Amino acid sequence: MSSTLLRTTALRSALRTATTTSSKKAALSGMTITRGKATLPDLPYDYGALEPAISGQIMELHHSKHHNTYVTSLNNFSTQLAEAQAGQDYQKQIALQPLINFHGGGHINHSLFWENLAPKSQGGGEPPAGALAKEIDESFGSLDGLKEKMNTALAGIQGSGWAWLVQDTQTGKIGIKTYANQDPVVGQFRPLLGIDAWEHAYYLQYQNRKAEYFGAIWDVINWKAAEKRFK
Amino acid sequence: MAYKPHTYSLPPLGYEYNALEPHISAQIMELHHSKHHNTYITSLNAALSNLATASAAGDVPGQIALQPLIKFHGGGHINHSLFWQNLAPASSAEAKPSSAPKLTEAIKQTWGDEAAFREAFKAALLGIQGSGWGWLVKVEGATKDDRLTIVTTKDQDPIVGKGEVPIFGVDMWEHAYYLQYLNGKAAYVDNIWNIINWKTAEERYLGKQGDAFKVLKASM
Repeated sequence: MSSTLLRTTALRSALRTATTTSSKKAALSGMTITRGKATLPDLPYDYGALEPAISGQIMELHHSKHHNTYVTSLNNFSTQLAEAQAGQDYQKQIALQPLINFHGGGHINHSLFWENLAPKSQGGGEPPAGALAKEIDESFGSLDGLKEKMNTALAGIQGSGWAWLVQDTQTGKIGIKTYANQDPVVGQFRPLLGIDAWEHAYYLQYQNRKAEYFGAIWDVINWKAAEKRFK
Repeated sequence: MAYKPHTYSLPPLGYEYNALEPHISAQIMELHHSKHHNTYITSLNAALSNLATASAAGDVPGQIALQPLIKFHGGGHINHSLFWQNLAPASSAEAKPSSAPKLTEAIKQTWGDEAAFREAFKAALLGIQGSGWGWLVKVEGATKDDRLTIVTTKDQDPIVGKGEVPIFGVDMWEHAYYLQYLNGKAAYVDNIWNIINWKTAEERYLGKQGDAFKVLKASM
């Protein structure tokens, strides 16, 4: 997982495990998200810091309610999964997979999303540099070309979902992919930059005018985060 | 001579935008009807026009490529048209389950009692991952009696299977409740029972699939 936020989360839960069990071994195994409990990562900026692109009210609900529910549910279903594994209940394990995918995906996606946003005062909206910038020019002609393609992809999502700038781990090339609901970017592709197209991400401010949200969010995109994820 | 498709128009609501308050706010109803539903209709008409062009040109790949758009926007038009009709102001006689004697009897036979049905329906609605709808559906039996079932659908997938009659639907897209209920969708589901139009539900239950879809013909 390339997200510093997720790593911070795992570290934090490792520390918690350590304080409750006072066992160094338990603390180390708690470094993986499967053993420790997932926790809601802190935002690296205030709820109101992304205004006017994204309102403080949206950010607060999105982080403290929506993301938090994914974390709580993920922990709940992870516990059930561990019990089903211990009991060798394979039907139960399989039945839990869609729930782990949904709530685990929700936790992963939002953790990456918070990190790939930033207020203007912290570099939000500043164009990418270095190897990623070069790759964007090669693949999309220009940064504007990428934005246009990404916005078209976002507008075409039928229902809830995300659009991601991804890197193909086999070829190293970058491209745009959309994912339904909370399906996370895993497997062949590496997430570089995600935009949440669920209605809860914009509705209080933009209502049905989602194209305006897709236009405005580029003002608070943290390309530094995408550069770090790009390999 | 190319086939000219029918064009659909936005069906009027049978009540005012504020008539479902306090359970659904007027602001939600106005945006939902005049913007969201209207966009589905505009996009459906465009897709059907493109389909007619592709069909006249013998362009099979083009026709296939249009199918997901027709399903999504056509489904959006169908679902919302049925939804407006299966809601009613809380103070009206239509909003009382006693307006659906045959249907409520069948619900009791299927789920034991009305409370158990509502609980099962609520669990189904809250289990939807992402955007979608929950429906009470009558499935017509080929060899045995008709049966009732709860069906959830994703995005705008409509209930159009053979012998399936949508009785009433609840929109679980966030745009259906978010301005009022925010992340508290369970409260939206609890409150929707106050404004289900049981008279419409009874009519659909006693009718065929084509009867439920008459509203679409009316808005052509």
